[in-house]
Amino acid sequence: MDDKPAIRIRDLHKRFGDLEVLKGVSLTAHPGDVIAIIGGSGSGKSTLLRCINMLEHPTSGQIAIQGEGYRMRPARGGGLEPADRKQVQRIRAQLGMVFQNFNLWPHRTVLENVTEAPIHVLGQPRAQAIDRARQVLARVGLAEKADTHPIHLSGGQQQRAAIARVLAVDPLAMLFDEPTSALDPELVGEVLGVIRDLAREGRTMILVTHEMAFARDVANRVIYLRDGRIEEEGTPEQLFGDPQSPHLKQFIRSVM
Amino acid sequence: MFQSIDFSLLALDAPGWGGALLQGFWRSIQLAAGGYAMGIVIGILGASAKLYGGLVMRDLAQVYTTVIRAVPELVLMLLFYYVGTDLLNRAAQSMGFAGIEVDGLAAGILVIGLVQGGYATEVIRGAIRAVPHGQIEAAQAFGMSPLKVMRRVTLPAMTPHAIPGMANLWMIATKDTALLAVIGFSELTQVTRQAASSTRAYFLFFLSAGALYLMLTLVSNVILRRYEVRARRGLIAAHQAR
Repeated sequence: MDDKPAIRIRDLHKRFGDLEVLKGVSLTAHPGDVIAIIGGSGSGKSTLLRCINMLEHPTSGQIAIQGEGYRMRPARGGGLEPADRKQVQRIRAQLGMVFQNFNLWPHRTVLENVTEAPIHVLGQPRAQAIDRARQVLARVGLAEKADTHPIHLSGGQQQRAAIARVLAVDPLAMLFDEPTSALDPELVGEVLGVIRDLAREGRTMILVTHEMAFARDVANRVIYLRDGRIEEEGTPEQLFGDPQSPHLKQFIRSVM
Repeated sequence: MFQSIDFSLLALDAPGWGGALLQGFWRSIQLAAGGYAMGIVIGILGASAKLYGGLVMRDLAQVYTTVIRAVPELVLMLLFYYVGTDLLNRAAQSMGFAGIEVDGLAAGILVIGLVQGGYATEVIRGAIRAVPHGQIEAAQAFGMSPLKVMRRVTLPAMTPHAIPGMANLWMIATKDTALLAVIGFSELTQVTRQAASSTRAYFLFFLSAGALYLMLTLVSNVILRRYEVRARRGLIAAHQAR
């Protein structure tokens, strides 16, 4: 791996008021890595993910995407804020985020949701964006839903549309923030199936999830976050087969 | 009593007043539409200032909406019109121009727009707050600039929430044009007064004016209803739409 790491995080701290959510987290994702972040609620895993595309501003620490570090400056009231908004926008355009609540734009059809960023952020010609959108919608099994509004889709279909929306910009890395937590149990499988296919084709992913069996299956590295720190990390076999930390042992027992 | 009404007074050509009434009506529509459009622009700016602005912008917007909503509209209109034209003239004179003739229509639109803007700011601010934040975050996460997020996501997503309030404001705008009669604009109410006082046919002319205002409202209702259904497409399933 002589490539630059897709994502590199160094000594990340994040504080909300008096509450320190992240207490020095470092993490490197190389191209093709599928990293699952697991941990109890309040362990800071979503915050960690949201710092990667600056939806949250870290209190201290560095984040670099493909070797390019976010330029930060001290914020009023402590912590850091991006010094260069244009840079943040440029880096964000290379990352794709899938949210727990899908966050599709309800006023646009599924197809329009998928073509939005290619046309209005990347500046692709409309015809090309529509072609590509139809391809990615077919990939996630929603070809025939292109002209419907998201409200008419099931939760699982909405999340697959949200994944297609991210695929359309062909991101350097995909960030999944608990992508199945808002779904009815019978709809979880179809979404996990799509993510699993993407992982197998070598996409770089960071995945915050509660689906342990899934994490074990698709990830090449698992990170157990506890109380704002990485308590244990390694291959899925190591973490799930032979957990060292007593907290992780107990966590795995409680969720599997 | 209807036998005593001389409907020929409504003839389009003089000596009938029908043509003048319709001209006044058209003028009222122009004033209302222009003022309303300006109110929307001010409303979007004001709501943005209140929601995303710094301390100074927020305070300015707050003072503006408070004053607009606290002072009677008639007083505001007199104030904006006379003080506004006075200021313009003084500014022109200080720059070496002779006094300017303020275009009546533009001045009327400005006056109505400033009043509408105060209310529109609050309507739009509320509507923007009703948009789930995740939709805005998703746009940001794709690398959209703040302006693009506003134009592509926030504004279209807040529209269905703003329509009921904004529809109300349109009705108010159409009727606020009548207040401009006090300043002497030859809009529908003013023309009606002239027609009525010179023919003494008060009943006929004020009833006619009322009918025209009512017609405008009914037509507006139909258009607004269609627009609302369209804007809400993404929010409720079609079979639930009323």
